[in-house]
Amino acid sequence: MEQVFQQVINGLSLGSIYALIALGYTMVYGIIKLINFAHGDVYMVGAFVGYFSMSTFKLGFVESLLIAMMICTMLGVLIERVAYRPLRNSSRIAVLITAIGVSLLLEYTMMYFVGAGVRSYPPLPGFLNGSFTVGGVVIKNMQLVIIGVSVTLMILLQFIVRKTKVGRAMRAVSQDAEAARLMGINVDNTISLTFALGSALAGAAGVLVGVYYNSINPLMGLMPGLKAFVAAVFGGIGLIPGALIGAYMVGLLETGVVATGYSMFRDGVVFAVLIIILIVKPTGLLGKNIKEKV
Amino acid sequence: MLEIRDLNVHYGGIHALKGISLTVEAGEIVTLIGANGAGKSTTLSTISGLKKPTSGQVLVEGEDITTMRAQARVKMGLCQVPEGRRVFAEMTVLENLELGGYHRRPRERTADFDLVYDRFPVLASRRRQLAGTLSGGEQQMLAIGRAMMAHPRILLLDEPSMGLAPLLVQEIFDIIQSINEAGTTILLVEQNAHKALQIADRAYVMETGKIVASGPSAELSATDEIKRAYLGG
Repeated sequence: MEQVFQQVINGLSLGSIYALIALGYTMVYGIIKLINFAHGDVYMVGAFVGYFSMSTFKLGFVESLLIAMMICTMLGVLIERVAYRPLRNSSRIAVLITAIGVSLLLEYTMMYFVGAGVRSYPPLPGFLNGSFTVGGVVIKNMQLVIIGVSVTLMILLQFIVRKTKVGRAMRAVSQDAEAARLMGINVDNTISLTFALGSALAGAAGVLVGVYYNSINPLMGLMPGLKAFVAAVFGGIGLIPGALIGAYMVGLLETGVVATGYSMFRDGVVFAVLIIILIVKPTGLLGKNIKEKV
Repeated sequence: MLEIRDLNVHYGGIHALKGISLTVEAGEIVTLIGANGAGKSTTLSTISGLKKPTSGQVLVEGEDITTMRAQARVKMGLCQVPEGRRVFAEMTVLENLELGGYHRRPRERTADFDLVYDRFPVLASRRRQLAGTLSGGEQQMLAIGRAMMAHPRILLLDEPSMGLAPLLVQEIFDIIQSINEAGTTILLVEQNAHKALQIADRAYVMETGKIVASGPSAELSATDEIKRAYLGG
């Protein structure tokens, strides 16, 4: 029983990180129907920004988190502006290929500057390194920080999307961009904002992972990026609550597989579940059947 | 108030509008009638900025807005109610109306809400409901109400009676007329030429991207050609 709770805690931490990345995927898909394959690499850049901020500039955890989020925001907006916006009226496959190109560009540009090797985050101050035991279950303080930061950011995002004027504009553009223009909404700015929010969350995830797993490298965005994408599809791509449910399910599933001793299969199981979901319910757990526009 | 001069629009290789010119004076209801595919909707979308013309001009009160972006046109009082209503189905009636008044300040909006709810009481009672769950007629009212939230000086209506039961069609036309009486200039695109000519001051008739006839509604309705082609008699 203790073992189960232990894995649930581990799964929730991992799931929180996937959730932060999956939200960016799903929001961008929701608004321009693009699977932004460069998104995992924005997360990687966030991890490196946090690394340099902590090791070279000796800044604290919170400052580094905020700086990484800020720089990733700018990076996300820049990527959209330079790579995707000129293709706004092109076929979706052209944009998708561009996204893969941007992904490779980010990975290998980073590799050029920092090398391909693995780097370790500097040790954290005492509190963040600590842990405590509740009824035999070891909870690391960092796990609570990860879950806490993620949930706070998700609530903030939900507030922006549901309650603010720009959030309404985002939802309007994702439902019908042309009708949104007729409301006087600046569609380009709204899309930029979507990239900004998604990238900020990815940047935060990068720093949290760096701090938690203590090891980063320029290709680290690949697998979490794919898994977050799985999570988004899992819950129903384009839907924010879907991405959250999907991400926590993937996180729990993965830690569960590792805990039962099949850690070699952790990635395989996640993708196998994706295949099953796509067969049984192609639109994802919360997805509705696609309505054709008349 | 609104003038378009020698407008040409191409879709890929198709020459959709072939040198259209028309004017709408302040306070008028002008209707654009014609068969499917004549270019009526394209004309409206070019005026509202969704489509870019290859040549020609769009002017509002003498100001050339041909290159102005769609969202800026809304701010200057040019609003389009698109064909097929295009309400935001996954959002509530209230949110749809708020989006209609997107560029207005929240304080200014309070009075606008009253105005819209006054004209469409059904929207008031359904304001927490998702727009996609409304009936066709209610969605059309929402689409018009949403446009009114922007305080248009010129309202462009694209096929407002499409797909509605005859009783509702009459109601929608009454509403259009009363919006006009309250001071909004209207350019109305309709396939229901009979109804459109009844409420319009003037009309233009389009055929395959060109304007083939124009004049006061009463005069046009009396022409044999128009009667035969568009009024079913």
